[in-house]
Parts: sequence; structure tokens; C-alpha cells
Amino acid sequence: MTRWLFNIWLLGVKELRSLLADPILLLLVAYMFSVAIYAVATGARTEVRNAAVAYVDLDQSGLTGRIVEAILPPEFEAPQGIDLSELEQVMDSGDFVFVLSFPPRFEADVIDGNYPSVQLNVDATAMTQAGNGAIYLQEIITAEVTRFITGDDTASSLPIDLVVTAHFNPNLQSIWFTSVMQIINNVTILAVLLTGAALIREREHGTIEHLLVMPVNASEIMLAKIWANGLVIVIGAVLSLWLVVQGVLQVPVAGSIPLFVAGTVLYLVAVTGLGILLATFTTSMPQFGLLVIPVLVIMNLLSGSTTPMESIPVWLQTIMQASPSTHFVAFAQAILYRGAGLETVWTDMVVMASLSAFFFAVSLLRFRQTMATSQ
Amino acid sequence: MTSSVVSLSGVTHRYGEIAALENVSLDVPAGCMAGLIGPDGVGKSTLLALSAGVRRFQTGDLQVLGGDIRSPHHRKACTHRIAYMPQGLGRNLYPTLTVAENLDFFGRLFAQPAAERRARIADLLQATGLDPFPDRPAGKLSGGMKQKLSLCSALIHDPDLLILDEPTTGVDPLSRQQFWDLIDRIREGRPDMSVIVATAYMEEAERFDWLAAMSDGQVIATGSPAELRERTGQETLDGAFIAMLPEAARAGHEEVRVPPFAPTSDGPAVEAKALTRKFGDFTAVDNVDFKIAKGEIFGFLGSNGCGKTTTMKMLTGLLPASSGEALLFGEPLDAGDMATRQRVGYMSQSFSLYSELTVRQNLDLHADLYRLPKETRAGRVAEMLETFELVEEADERPESLPLGLRQRLQLAVAVIHSPEVLILDEPTSGVDPVARDAFWRLLVGLSREQGVTIFVSTHFMNEAERCDRISLMHAGRVLAIGKPDEIVAAKGATSLNDAFISYLREADADGDAPLGETAQPVGAVPAHRADSRDRLFDPARMWAFARRETTEILRDPLRLAFALLGPVILMLTFGYGISFDVEDLPYAVADQDQTAESRELLRAFSGSRFFEEQSPAADTEDLDARLRAGEIAIAIEIPSGFGRALLKGETPEVRVALDAAMPFRAETARGYLQGLALSYMESQVEQTYGEVVDTSGAGIETRYRYNQSFQSVNAMVPSVIMMMLVLIPSMMAAMGVVREKETGAIANFRSTPVTRGEFLLGKQLPYVVIALISFVTLLAMSYLVFDVPIKGSVAALFLGTFIYILATTGFGVLVSTFTKTQVAATFATAVIAIIPAVNFSGLLVPVSSLSGGARLFGLGFPAAWYQQISIGTFTKGLGFAELWVNHVALAVFAVLFVAASILLLKKQEA
Repeated sequence: MTRWLFNIWLLGVKELRSLLADPILLLLVAYMFSVAIYAVATGARTEVRNAAVAYVDLDQSGLTGRIVEAILPPEFEAPQGIDLSELEQVMDSGDFVFVLSFPPRFEADVIDGNYPSVQLNVDATAMTQAGNGAIYLQEIITAEVTRFITGDDTASSLPIDLVVTAHFNPNLQSIWFTSVMQIINNVTILAVLLTGAALIREREHGTIEHLLVMPVNASEIMLAKIWANGLVIVIGAVLSLWLVVQGVLQVPVAGSIPLFVAGTVLYLVAVTGLGILLATFTTSMPQFGLLVIPVLVIMNLLSGSTTPMESIPVWLQTIMQASPSTHFVAFAQAILYRGAGLETVWTDMVVMASLSAFFFAVSLLRFRQTMATSQ
Repeated sequence: MTSSVVSLSGVTHRYGEIAALENVSLDVPAGCMAGLIGPDGVGKSTLLALSAGVRRFQTGDLQVLGGDIRSPHHRKACTHRIAYMPQGLGRNLYPTLTVAENLDFFGRLFAQPAAERRARIADLLQATGLDPFPDRPAGKLSGGMKQKLSLCSALIHDPDLLILDEPTTGVDPLSRQQFWDLIDRIREGRPDMSVIVATAYMEEAERFDWLAAMSDGQVIATGSPAELRERTGQETLDGAFIAMLPEAARAGHEEVRVPPFAPTSDGPAVEAKALTRKFGDFTAVDNVDFKIAKGEIFGFLGSNGCGKTTTMKMLTGLLPASSGEALLFGEPLDAGDMATRQRVGYMSQSFSLYSELTVRQNLDLHADLYRLPKETRAGRVAEMLETFELVEEADERPESLPLGLRQRLQLAVAVIHSPEVLILDEPTSGVDPVARDAFWRLLVGLSREQGVTIFVSTHFMNEAERCDRISLMHAGRVLAIGKPDEIVAAKGATSLNDAFISYLREADADGDAPLGETAQPVGAVPAHRADSRDRLFDPARMWAFARRETTEILRDPLRLAFALLGPVILMLTFGYGISFDVEDLPYAVADQDQTAESRELLRAFSGSRFFEEQSPAADTEDLDARLRAGEIAIAIEIPSGFGRALLKGETPEVRVALDAAMPFRAETARGYLQGLALSYMESQVEQTYGEVVDTSGAGIETRYRYNQSFQSVNAMVPSVIMMMLVLIPSMMAAMGVVREKETGAIANFRSTPVTRGEFLLGKQLPYVVIALISFVTLLAMSYLVFDVPIKGSVAALFLGTFIYILATTGFGVLVSTFTKTQVAATFATAVIAIIPAVNFSGLLVPVSSLSGGARLFGLGFPAAWYQQISIGTFTKGLGFAELWVNHVALAVFAVLFVAASILLLKKQEA
């Protein structure tokens, strides 16, 4: 047993040395936990920002002017006036997501109580902006018209006072969400790639054979890879959470970081095991690349880190329960956003631990088989 | 000696800091067999590659076939007259293509008409004795047959100059002899043809007309074999070569002397009993028997792929035997037994230590893994460094060391735990003669002084002669076992080489195929050289590449599956996975009021398809806890007194808390809540006043255009098609070109008249077709699975897709011109393509909302333009009239990418 642990330690140190001697790989790890997090978090925002608005003003009145002036950044770009004849064309070419059309005599009809209608054309193919942007524009128009009629800003037309508070992210900033989820996605990518590549590199160089004629067994080789690569990734993830997310992006983290690290370790055992498992199905790096890309895309996109789980069809949700990433995302969201504790996340941790054991057992079996059948 | 076919003066060639050729001047005579001799890494290959025009010339002057090889015009003319066979067994062949398909491909490269190709292929196959196997994949041929096929493909265009780089390395002696006989016969048929050969085997250099001996980037002697031997007064060329080496390189060299072996009375150290190993229906090792006595040096002599390595792996426990038995120290081998592993040392064929660790770290790691006691560990490592003369290199990484030193390190590692048996798999291949002798002196020392049993495989005859006993192996069987001189005597031969050849002949006589003994002189087919030689673009040559690429993909199930199934799987994932539809939001209520009014308000929630009610909560704490656990997304709290206050018209408060961990979901939910509150208010007003009274001054008529139901899938499906058609075709195309660089088959592009355009377009074409097939699959899925039909012009979509695919495969080819490995090509393509395709194409954020740099970035990549066509034709119902600008832009990208790759791809290697 001590011999077993000692060999795992030795081989793991060797693994770390190899990693340190490979500047490109280290650079990749550093990039994935810094620039890649920052770029995606600040680049792929889902809130309505700089939405392009145009308007057709057949009324040219003070009221339409006030409405147009009330459409402001950062949600909207300054609205552009266009001719009625251009409306179809600018919508078709995607130049504007929203086009308002004020009918003639709009202001006069409002004053006369004729209840005129503003037409709001929405390009409903712009999924991230169309829905919420339309609601914002409706609110702006309603507010301006009400103010125009009553001459009063405070008038409420509602019989109840609906106080909506957003918990865990009061200003609804997408950066809070994407930055942390991006770390999780990158943990998955790196764990699978690094361990898989480490095994294939040993196979391609013939060093694995060399190890297997020594008093070393397969479980030692695999566990060494798991701990060494896992360690690098945990350090990277924690540093990224600390420096990039909390530091540069100023995103607060709610829950307990030690608990998060504990869960990350469990998760890493599962995904590094998966990396080894995938590597046993291929003989070369190019083949590994082809196999790994779809697996990673599925694990990341359907885990709930991009789209909420309830928007995925139920049958697919059931299948995705077999992916450790689904549980890790649920675990991380609970801890990092909602500040949940062990009492909430222990089920996810148990599932991750059992998936780890499963992947490890299967890849150990495959490892022995592939070594025996390769020429 | 007449004129020179290749003439160098003052040629220097460097790879970075290292000079492969240092101011070399040499005249290679025409019309004869000229040989370059010397071990690996002395510059032979560089000299040959420069002469063949496949490597870019650096400094000096080089005349080939009477012209300056630096002139592109002369080089182009030369491609029709020179045939170049690069180093490595069958490296310029395509392993999944059959023998006939390989030759057909080469014939097409020279634009030979079908009839001429057929005649030439038949002729060459017959001459080389390959005619019984035209349909065998090249990858499944034996080493000797591969080299014959390689030679056939070099000869398909009747070259005037044949350049062969180590054509027989790793091939068995009989095949080697047959290969040279074949060359002789070809030269009989074409007496004017010049042949230049590089070889590391001194024995075979004996039969060449003229030799140039090389060492360390310089030519140290030229002349006929007899002249060289005479000049140095040595009996063999091997000896002559060592004698010709400069003083420094020879330092410390002495003859290897093997003291006679004194057998002990103990049982054998290693024993194989009817050992057999099968891979599928291929028998790699067939019923092998032998015994190795303790302390003996036992040699295994045979060609590449004859089963030496497999046998050794079975003896180390790396491979289980299919049948038969392997015994170590009289005990059956147990692969899991750690104690036996302590007694065996193994050195595998290729260098298999960690190149990232230093020499000392490698030794330390092995000392630890072999459980050397702590006290003696450091001493033992120092002793190894000393014995194997690695002290000075102790802190260097092995990759920077010469091959001979690396092999010494491997041996040091293999013996660090003082094993009783050493199994060495071709430890000296590629090592220069001086270092080889040094290595053997160490082996002899281990055996005779420490009593270590040594089991070593080799394909060098002079090494085999030093063994106590040897076994000749061929095609998985042991042909003979005995002392080297006994084996020679048994066949009445003059040398071990000849004895081996006669054993091989015997073995082949029982076998199925006589190898090329019946052949007649080659070169009888009249040449109809097509006049395409000066054409810049010949569709036939492009077609040769396209055809071959297609055949290869069809035979590679993994690549094919990725190309065709990849998009399907990813389409399902993206189609279902990226959704901006927010529905079924779980909510819970803490209704402290419990009046008719509060229930009326809550009915508005339970009636909405956007919300899904969970069991009611007791109080605020309960709501908070459930929100925190992620069970609910919305918590509604109605305070007590709500009903009363409402009736009084006091606008009572209703508190709603949203889980904003997912901001987009929360933002949408907030919008829904506003809408709900409004409709609730309207129903209240209606109840009170009996009619709908609008309190606001104007209505808003919102028209969700193009996607009335406002479902993500209508926008996602066209976007996913956009993404799939950029990612997968570009990655596949990039790998297609880089693969050739990795396998070495790119030499065929460099050494034949193929132009860059023909090569790249030929490679691109199959991927365009594959991408079109996957587009049709995706289209079918969008109709059948996602129910998203094309609303606009089908023609505009198809034409746009076609141009887009040309652009994306062109992009892949462009990436492949500056990447070196398939892994780099895959990742570079993915990394470069993903950001503009996902973030700046309009998939997530409309291009109209992008500002400055991001917008330019998006428009600088084809994805954003195709997104307009895809969304336009699928969802918006548009046609050419509205979209033509995008088609034009895509066409510009396609042309630019292809043109840039043609410009960047170099016909010569740097």
C-alpha cells in the first residue's frame, strides 16, 4: 500500500515535471483560465446592450420626439429615423432589431383619447435581444405617453405595487454568470485534454511500455496522471476565480471557496478519468481530437452552464444526468451564486463521486485491454 | 567516369544552429550506381533532398542534370526526369490504398493516359514480383515489398535520375538482395539512368560503382569500394569507414572483443515454448522455441516486422501470448508479478525515456520505481553516470543528445536495478559505427563480468556475429538457431549474410510467392508524355489528389464518422442546448393573506404557461431556503392585509424575489411579471367597471417578425447550420493537408510536376463534397426533427451554402499551410473559427449591436455573411434580391483563402 502510494507520488511528480517542461501546454492552461474567461464573459453578454433601433415618424410631433429621445444607451443605440419605404429592407438585412412606426396624427389622437397604436416591429430572430428589448421599449413608450397625458412622472397605473427584487445578482449582469460558468467549462475541457493527451503522448513515445515492464501497475500510472493534471487544473481554476473573476471582473462570490474546491476535486477525478477512458479508444492525438470535440461540446452546452436545464427537453435532461458536468454546474451555481452549503449540494457530490469511481473502473479495464491488443 | 549528374560546390545547409552540410563540394558521376555512406545524421538525406529539388537551397552551387537546381524553370523540368524516394519504409506510399491504387495515383500525377498507366503498372508489378497482390493495401505489405512498391512508384515516369534515400534500412537480407538485383535489371533496360543511393549498410555499399563517405556534414572520401578499402588497408568497408574518420571522431575506438562464453550448470534464464501471438487473423509470432542460458548473449536477427519485437514483448509480459509459454528462470511468466519485473531490464526499439526530464532525473525516477534502497540510490545513479560516460550530460535533456548517447542512457536505465536478464530491442539501429562498438563493449562487459543474460535483436550482421548464439527470424518463424559460425557452416556460405539469405530462400520456397525472380528488364513501355508538363493547371493532376483523398477518407471510419455524424450530434446538442426560451419557471408562494383577492392574483400566475407552481411555502425563510437551493426560480410573497388594502385602493405591496443566478432567465422572468401584472390589472378594472377601460393614452402593437411564435429553435437551427459548416469542414480540410506533412507523403507533391493549385484544390474538393452532404443531412434534420422549414428562396440558400463551403474549406486549407501537426491544425482551426462564428456572427448578439472592432472582426470572417443567408432564407423568407451582397462577399472570401494558401504553400521544404 505504501509502495502503491509512493509510486503514484513518484509518477505524479514526473507528470508535473513533464508539464512544466512543455511551455505551450502551460500557456494553453494559463490562456484558458485568464484571457478566455475574460473575453467570453465580457464579449458574450446576453443582456440588451447597444440594440439598434430605427423609427418611422409620420407624425413629427413633440410626443414622438419625446419617445425617441427616451430610448437611451446602454440598452439601445441612438435611434435612426428612416422612411416608411425603407422599413422592409432594413429589417430584412438585419440592420436594426427594432423599428418603431408612429402613425400620422399620433399625438393628436392621444390628446383626443382616440387611443392610437404605435407599431413595434421586432426582428424575432435576434433571440437574446428581441424579447427583453421589446419589453423595455414598451415600458418606455407607455411611460412617456402616460407622462404626456398626466404631466406627472409618478403616476402609477397599477392597483398593486409589484416589488421585484433579484437575488444573487441584483443588477442582472450576465458577466456574473458567464465568467464563473466559463471557468467550469474550461475545467472540463482542460481535464479531458490534458490527461488524455498525457496518456497518448506516453503511448506514442513508447514510454508507457517502459513503465509497464517496471514494478509499476496500471492503476498507479492512471492515478498519477489524475492527481498531477488535476492539481494543475484546481490551482488554475482557483486562481482564475480569485484573480480574474473576483479581481478583474469584480464579480462577488457568495459561498464557501473550500467547499467549492472540494467539489472541484471530486469532479476532476471524474473528468480526468473520462479523459483517460477516451484516450484508450484512440491510438493517436489526431484521433483523440476528433473524438473529444463532440464529447466536450455536449458536456459543456447541455450541462446547464449555457442554457437553464429546464429549457432542455426532459428526455435529454435525463440523459445528461449521466454527465458529471451537469452535477458540477448545479453544485457550482448553488455554492458560488446562492451561497448554499453542504446540506444543499451533498447529493451532487455523491453523484460526482460515484461517476468518478465508475469512469476510473472502466478506464482501468480498457487500459489493460488496449495495452494487450496493441501491436 | 564520364560527366557528373549532380555537382555540388561549396554547399552549406543549416537547420537553425546545426549545420547538416558544411561547405560540401562533390561531383557525382552520371550513368552509374553512386552511393553515399555514413551513419544517421551526417547530412546524406539533406544532400539528396537538395539534389532532388524538394528542399530549398541555402548557399553554394548545385547543378543537377546539367542545370541550376535553384532556377524554378529548371526545377520544374527536372520533376519529369528525377524520381525521389524518401527515407523510411514506404513513407511516400498511402497505407490504406492498394498496391495498384498507389501506382495509379503516381501515374495520374504525371498525367499519363489510362491505357499507358495500365501498361506501366502491369509491367512494374511483374518486374518486382508484386503482381500477385495488386489489391493488397500498402500498409499490409512486408517491409521489403513496401520498398519495392515505393520503387515502382518512383519509376512510373521513366526517370533519368533515381534518388533513393536509405531504401533498404530495416529490410531483411533476401529482400535487400532482391531490391538491388531489381535495380540492376532496371539499369540494364535503361543504361543511361543515373542512380544515387544513401545507405547505412556498408555490406551493400560493396556493390556500388562509386562511393562518397560522409561524416558530420562533410565528405571524407570518394572512390570505388575497392579503392577505399585499399587506401585504408582494411578488409571491410566498415573498417575502412572507421579508419577514414577524422581523429576526433575515432577517439577511444577499439575493436569489440568478446571473451568466450563459459556456460554454467544452471537452467536456462529465458525459455520460449511454442510461443505464438496472433493479431486478428495475422500471426505475428508463430510457434517460436528457444532457450537462453544464464550469462549468454543471444541475438535475434531479422527484418522489420518479422516478429522480433512481438516476441520480446511477450517475454517482458507486455503482451500476453496467444498460445505457448514463456519461462523466466524456469517459472512461467506472470505479467502481474512485480518480483520478476525486478529481475528483468528492457530497452524498447525507439527511444522511450522521458525527453522532458534530464538524464539524471530519468535515472532517479527509475531508481525509485525499482525500489533501490535509499542508502545506495544516489551511489548507484552516480555509478551509472560514470560507467556509461554520461557525467557531463547529467543535467541535460535527452532530446539534445546525439543518438548514441541516448542509447547509452537507455541502457543505463535498463540496468540500474542490476537485472539478471536484459532484453534489448534493436538498441543500435541508426547509431554510427563508433558509438555502436562502444555500446557493444558495454554489453560484453555486463555479460562476461556480471553474468547478465542478454537477449538482443539487431539487423546488423556484424553485431549478430558477436553474439554467443543467434536465431534467424522471418515472418514470425525461427529459421535457424546456433552459434554464428555454425550457421554459416551449415549452409556452406561465406558469410552470415549469405547464410541468412539461403535460409530465407528455403523458407520462401515453402511460401506462396516467388519474389520477382522471373522478371525481365523493365522500361519497355513507350512514353506518351502528355503535353501537360508546362501547363499551370492540369485538372487531371488535381483529380488524382481528389480521388486519392476521397478513397482515404472512405477507408478511415473515424474521420468519416466525424465528418458525417459530428454535425448531426452537434446539431442536436446545439438545437436543444442553446435555447433562449424561458418557460416553466418554478415558483412558490407564501400567501400570508389567504383572501379571495390574493387567490385572484395568484390565479394569474398559475394560468400562465411561463410559470409552474410548486408546493406553497410557509414563510419568507422557507422561500429563501428554496430559492437558495435552486428549487424555485421565483418566490412570491403576499403580505397579510393585502386583500383589505386592495379593496381600499391603497396599492398594496406584493414582494417577488427572482433567482438571478442566471441573469437572462431572470430578466425575461421580470418581463413576464410586468405583463402578468398588467393583465391582472385589466381584469380587475373589468370586474370593477364591467368594461375594459384603457388607462394609458396609446396602444403598442408589437409584431414579432420572421418568428411569430418567438421560439429559439427558429433562429438557432439556421445558426447551427452556419456553425457546423464552418467548424467541421475547415477542420477536416486542415487535417487533410497536414496529414501529408506528418506521414511524409507530402514528398510526392514536392518531387512531382504537381502545382500548388492542383494539390490544394484537389485536397479541398472531397471536403466540399462531404460538407455538402452534411448540409443536406442538417437540412433534413431541420425539417424532420426541429420542424423549421425554408421560408425563402431555396436556390439562394443552396448557392450561398456552396460558396460558403468553398470559403470554409479554403480557410481550413489556409490554416494547414502554416501548421505542422494534425493536432495543431485541428486546434488552430477551431480556436480561430469559433470566436468569430459564435460571438461575432450574429448567433448570440446581432451584428448590428456590435461596435467597432468586434463588428469588423465579425465581418472579416465568412460566418457573419452566411448567417444572413441562412437566417434570411430559413426564417425571414428572403431571396437573392435581398441577400446577393452576402453571396458576393462569401465568394470574395473563398477566392482570397484559396489564393492565400496557394501563395503560402511552398513547393520546396525549408
